[in-house]
Amino acid sequence: MNMKKIIKPVLSILLALLVGAIVIAVVGENPLDIYRSMLVGAFGSKSAVAGTLVKTTTMIFVGLSYGFAYKCGLVNIGIEGQLYMGGLLSALAAIYVELPAPIHIPLCLIAGFAGGAIWGAIAGWLKNRFNASEMITTVMMNYIATYFVAFMVNGPIKEKDGTYPQSERILDSARFPTLVPGTQLTIGILIAIIAVVLYIIYWKKTAGGFEMSVVGSSERVAAYAGIPVKRMIITSMLISGGLGGLAGAAEVLGVQFKIMDGLSSGYGFDGIAVSLLGNNSGIGIMLSSLLFGALRYGGNAIQMFTSLPIAVIYILQALVILFVVVDVFRMERRK
Amino acid sequence: MADMLELRNISKLYGRNYANKNISLTVKSGEVHCLLGENGAGKSTLMNVLYGLTKPDSGEIFIDGSEVSILSPRDAIRYGIGMVHQHFMLIPAMTVVDNIILSMDESSGLILNQKKIAKRIREIAGKYGFEVDPFMKVSDLSVGQQQRVEIIKAIYHDCRLLILDEPTAVLTPRETEELYAIIERFRKENKSVIFISHKLHEVMHVSDVISVLRNGECIATLNKEETDEASLAACMVGKEVSFTVEKEKAHPGEAVLEVSGLSTKGKKGNLAVDDLSLTVHSGEIYGVAGVDGNGQAELIETITGLVKSESGKVRILGHDMTNRTPGEILDQGISHIPADRQSTGILMHESLEKNLTLYDYRNPEYRKGIFMDWKKAKKQAEDMVEKYGVKTPGLSLNIEYLSGGNQQKAVVARELEKKPELLIAAHPTRGVDIGAIEFIHGEIVKARDQGCAVLLISTELDEIMALSDRIGVIYDGRIIGEMDREEATVEKIGMLMAGMEENERKAV
Repeated sequence: MNMKKIIKPVLSILLALLVGAIVIAVVGENPLDIYRSMLVGAFGSKSAVAGTLVKTTTMIFVGLSYGFAYKCGLVNIGIEGQLYMGGLLSALAAIYVELPAPIHIPLCLIAGFAGGAIWGAIAGWLKNRFNASEMITTVMMNYIATYFVAFMVNGPIKEKDGTYPQSERILDSARFPTLVPGTQLTIGILIAIIAVVLYIIYWKKTAGGFEMSVVGSSERVAAYAGIPVKRMIITSMLISGGLGGLAGAAEVLGVQFKIMDGLSSGYGFDGIAVSLLGNNSGIGIMLSSLLFGALRYGGNAIQMFTSLPIAVIYILQALVILFVVVDVFRMERRK
Repeated sequence: MADMLELRNISKLYGRNYANKNISLTVKSGEVHCLLGENGAGKSTLMNVLYGLTKPDSGEIFIDGSEVSILSPRDAIRYGIGMVHQHFMLIPAMTVVDNIILSMDESSGLILNQKKIAKRIREIAGKYGFEVDPFMKVSDLSVGQQQRVEIIKAIYHDCRLLILDEPTAVLTPRETEELYAIIERFRKENKSVIFISHKLHEVMHVSDVISVLRNGECIATLNKEETDEASLAACMVGKEVSFTVEKEKAHPGEAVLEVSGLSTKGKKGNLAVDDLSLTVHSGEIYGVAGVDGNGQAELIETITGLVKSESGKVRILGHDMTNRTPGEILDQGISHIPADRQSTGILMHESLEKNLTLYDYRNPEYRKGIFMDWKKAKKQAEDMVEKYGVKTPGLSLNIEYLSGGNQQKAVVARELEKKPELLIAAHPTRGVDIGAIEFIHGEIVKARDQGCAVLLISTELDEIMALSDRIGVIYDGRIIGEMDREEATVEKIGMLMAGMEENERKAV
């Protein structure tokens, strides 16, 4: 049982690399060379590892976000939007509030969580009130969020002396402290790991996690067992959205140090893949985040040093997910 | 002249149970043939076989004396068979004409003449004495009108044999009368009707020939003149399996559950529970007998808070619990063995342990603040498996891999180990083997003897008779008769189940 849980994703990754190799060969490159430079690009040096871990941080938040909703039987496709709203609120707190760092950083994180949480909870409320599918509403709300942020950085919070559509830089007191000097690696990764631990404890140990998992297995049985289904749905969307918001906060406070149009290059959607590959478990999500982080960062290297476009990375990602999903489809939808 | 339809030795096996077992029947032209039987007797399966929706395991179908093979509804339609399902096969967002067009083959030609079709719809409607606006949207029609659209659809395809699957279940009395008139018209044209029902009085009213199905077998085929409602009731309910339950006389105490004037809407928007009142005392088993679909499900859902009532009161142990949340109601000490075990009572894809400890989250004994004491919960689950003899290789096994009987034992264990003040047991032994039935019955009686009030809902009359101390018969959302067990007879209850109240019954 447990072995199966590990074998399936590993097999999916191997199959994806194999099929990916064929694609690379067809394009006329040597797959082994490409994979080698990817590996070097992702783990070959101190700064490469740091870069991979920075991507991993974002992946963990978006993966946890998707997994949290999924375990309650909800499909949150709106992580991208939640990431933008979280990023926006944390950027506002990081630019316009002046506080000493030990208070400023937590405040910005809370703001980021809140931005995503509100965005997620709206979808939860719409589901409860109007029976509107969260799958649809969250997708729609992605557009609202990304365009709203675009509007903000083109107008109200646009930097004073620049031509780019972006905000002022955040105050130094809000910046994540660097973990390894001379690299990009910040305490962001530690915050992500704390989130993983809390995620595991919540689902394994708490009564709330149990109640929510029953809703995820069957709303009917949950109602029968006295579990307040609607409250669970809205809470789950709130926390899922909040985790998505933290991904945005981590980008703003630890990577970009400002907010702009194009804060995320589709990280929100990577969350689906990360969580799927990790079977929605805390450890699984952490491991698959590392893989996707490495793919993303290592992908930069092959783009720089070989003639292959970054699209190869997307193909690989897609293949991994394809092989995982083929299996997921065999499990019936639990309703 | 050959019979319009003959079914010969139709059998259909689902798993280990026969849905249909060697059923033979014939329908003549101009005959209204009723299929009478309880839910699950095999009526719908048989009709699905005839309409090409289900493939029988064996048996033959003859039309006008020659054997035919019906592999799809399209074949059935070609042989002149039309079916009006219980749940209409209409698209609500489209107009009547469009729905009729949808039901036509490609061979009707590429170019559709809506006006021509609408004219034909009006002709058919006129001929059968009703009116339909072909350009109305189906969603704007009443249920009765929608049913007529289904009938028009069948006639449009020149149907000679019309199957009506429980057609009156959704109709008002007036609409029912109008349906009878349409059936009468059909008969006059020498066409045939198969009318599926479990309501005795309408069967006696509308049919020429009645076939009674029970447990997948055709028990009897009778001409209307040869029979009466009382003997049909006895035939339908059957008497062969008799449960024996050892139990002392009940010592009822105070009222635990008091339902008064309760009304609840059903899924179709009608009043499924209609001004219903009953009282269950501690230490007694109150059995609710009745044909399925007479409001039992809605009654339970209202008592347990899963559905809100329109009016009336539910009091539990003297507290008004009307329309409170399921959680609040559970906390009054209620246990509920649900009618539909697999969709309501258990998490099919989860472990036996999780299913047995489903309520621990609201029990302070198994919690430390926001955290669960899973060790203690596991111990409790182990004890339940032991005490209730749930046969399983382990607690971590998904419950879907256990037999139905063992799944049900797990539910019974979970519900009774709560030591409830009130147990609501709906079909507690449905789909369970004999050994498990005896065990579950024994446990319910034990709970009663310890002072638990038991509301037993079952469509198995034998089960009601074996377990109950008092019996109420539910019909059309109401308790239409109530009696002590000693006064009850199968005939008496059977008549009430068929909706005949005291005075009516005396007239028969």
